[in-house]
Amino acid sequence: MEFSHEVKDSYAEVRADGRLNMVSAPKLREYVTDVIAGGSSRIVVNLEKTGFMDSSGLGALIGCLKAARQAGGDLRIASVQPQVKMVLELTSMDRVLTSYASPEEAFSND
Amino acid sequence: MTRFWTRLVVVLTVIFGLNYVAWRWAASLNWDAWWIAVPLVVAETYSLIDVMLFGMTVWKLKIRKAAPAPPHDATVDVFITTYNEDLDMVMTTALAAQKIRHPHSTWILDDGARPELKALAEEHGLGYVTRSEDWTANVPRHAKAGNLNNALMVTHGEFLLILDADQIPEPDILEKTLGYFNNRRVALVQTPQYFSNVPADDPLGSQAPLFYGPIQQGKDGWNAAFFCGSNAILRREALMQLGLVGYVKETEKSIRRALAASRSAIRQARKSADMDTPLVADVLDQVEAATREAQEQLAAGEPLSEITYRVRRRVDLAVQTLVQADVSALQADLEEIAAMELAHVGEAGVPVVADDAVQRMSARDWSPLGALESVQAVLDALNVERNDEAQPVMPLATISVTEDMATAMRMHAMGWESVYHHEVLAYGLAPEDIATMLTQRLRWAQGTIQVLLRENPLVQKGLKIGQRLMYFATMWTYLSGYAAVIYFAAPIIYLLLGILPVTSLSWDFFIRFIPFMIANQLLFAVAGRGIPTWRGQQYSLALFPTWIKACSTAAKNVWFGRPLGFAVTPKARQSGGPSWSLIRPQLVVAGLLAIAAVVGIIRLVTGLAEPLGTLVNVAWVIFDLVVMSILVRAVLYKGFEPAVDVEAGEREPDGV
Repeated sequence: MEFSHEVKDSYAEVRADGRLNMVSAPKLREYVTDVIAGGSSRIVVNLEKTGFMDSSGLGALIGCLKAARQAGGDLRIASVQPQVKMVLELTSMDRVLTSYASPEEAFSND
Repeated sequence: MTRFWTRLVVVLTVIFGLNYVAWRWAASLNWDAWWIAVPLVVAETYSLIDVMLFGMTVWKLKIRKAAPAPPHDATVDVFITTYNEDLDMVMTTALAAQKIRHPHSTWILDDGARPELKALAEEHGLGYVTRSEDWTANVPRHAKAGNLNNALMVTHGEFLLILDADQIPEPDILEKTLGYFNNRRVALVQTPQYFSNVPADDPLGSQAPLFYGPIQQGKDGWNAAFFCGSNAILRREALMQLGLVGYVKETEKSIRRALAASRSAIRQARKSADMDTPLVADVLDQVEAATREAQEQLAAGEPLSEITYRVRRRVDLAVQTLVQADVSALQADLEEIAAMELAHVGEAGVPVVADDAVQRMSARDWSPLGALESVQAVLDALNVERNDEAQPVMPLATISVTEDMATAMRMHAMGWESVYHHEVLAYGLAPEDIATMLTQRLRWAQGTIQVLLRENPLVQKGLKIGQRLMYFATMWTYLSGYAAVIYFAAPIIYLLLGILPVTSLSWDFFIRFIPFMIANQLLFAVAGRGIPTWRGQQYSLALFPTWIKACSTAAKNVWFGRPLGFAVTPKARQSGGPSWSLIRPQLVVAGLLAIAAVVGIIRLVTGLAEPLGTLVNVAWVIFDLVVMSILVRAVLYKGFEPAVDVEAGEREPDGV
């Protein structure tokens, strides 16, 4: 799993390439916490290259959402791949995290 | 009477052979030139063993009388295996199979899954089978063995007649062979493979009269006649038994292996995984305890199905606990978020992850344990479903590209008997060009060497000593490529450099060598009873690059898991001009031999070489060149043209 981020005009884009699972999930949490601590509380997690997510991965994503909200911002997700989409729907988390077609669209209307 | 003479010549050959080779080792080696002397004597020893094994084979030559009448109620499935052959060819064979007189069902086993062929089969009332859905992209297909194994699961005849797509059967093929199965121990009846598109001089060495004759008859005498892939009848019960025994063996082996690997897998996972999460550590503890318990149960001989079930259940529960913990944490986070910003989360409040979603998230494919690959691999291997194969029971052996020989050997090892019925009952099509012929020979040789390396007949439990040696004999002949290289090199070295691998070419040499040579040739003549064996002898030397390639690729495949570069033998002629490049190594060797002969004669004339040595080695060169000359004819061979026969032409409007 590889993490990277890029600070844009109104948000920071975090990429999580690979499998978001029990081993990598804590690292995502840490990474996003650092990005927030760095001053960006509006986060878009680009899941374009995240082919897989398990319950730990999902937990980490919600944990990051909490951290972003606590910092007064928000966390949104973009470019969701089929397996991740299935997990979100199955757990009803799609009602909490709307997936946007691209990172640019995620914060386009506010 | 023939048997007496055959045995006499065998005895003479062995005595003369041992006499010669023992002398060669003991008293004739030119140690100054050990680098050629030792290889040559090793090659000669190889050849002596080869001829001794042949002698042992024909020692028990069995000439069978006609089989008893077949049981009328015997049910038979006729399988025609095809992959990419011409539809015309397949249908000609299938329709001929339909006309076989004994009641039977005819099935086309189409590995190419061609809709046109399916339509043709339906039109003519023939059965049609393709691979079932179990043969996904994730499991090995096992070529023809896989095709047959698949068909065995959807048919139910007591006996199976197996035919390659080009082997047109006679209507009486079953009547003449089924009777052998009255003996309840008989599992296989093999008939010859004969090719109708081969001219009398057989430039590609397609007919194998020595093999489908004295060799198989001799093996039959040792109850070791083996399955050759086509034109054979098999007893389903024997095949199924083979499949079941194989299944249990493979399953137990993989469970044992997985349990043995579990400890280090868990240790590795403990190191790599984030141990801050006590739950992960707990799951690993559970897995460790479960596998340890399984190991004890396996040692105590408990059933594999129960052992694996228990492990899985225990691990599943642990995984579910883990997923539930993730979900609870996530739920708590959501509550907190909701508390921070009322109503933002949604009208219906915080969504709740349902129990069935937890179940689904705990399943094998989405399980968090998947992150610990080594552990997951161990757990995956702990099953009795044989998920790495399309079907758990694989009756035909899949350890080799020549599944036929491997299968027959396993049958013999389980105590089944086999029969070789020496009468042509099907007519096939041989390759008509050298490229196809070389591909085919390479495949046979590779398959045979795979069996030798994976299930060496010399150490197979259940085989009698005679059977072990009969299988070994066939494998041994495929090592001839290395001997051939030495036989070509020795005269070249003498003629060019004057280095003789023997101490002297004297009376001592000839008095031992000549009787052996004569007895050797006499043995082939007597055992072969006039059948042409020269073409076979030529090819066993001339195709040395093919044999060497087969040995090296098969060894790499078996030991290092490299692919064989396996190709299906094309049944249609390859187009294009003469392909000299296919025999480049042989052309180089022939050139060197010719140059060596000229140089040798010059050396003789100028007094640098002695007459006797030169004479013997030039004769040797000429013999080698005559042997390899067959390849020139093979390259130039333009395919089979049936003799113009007015009568035959009028009689066969359907062109069969």
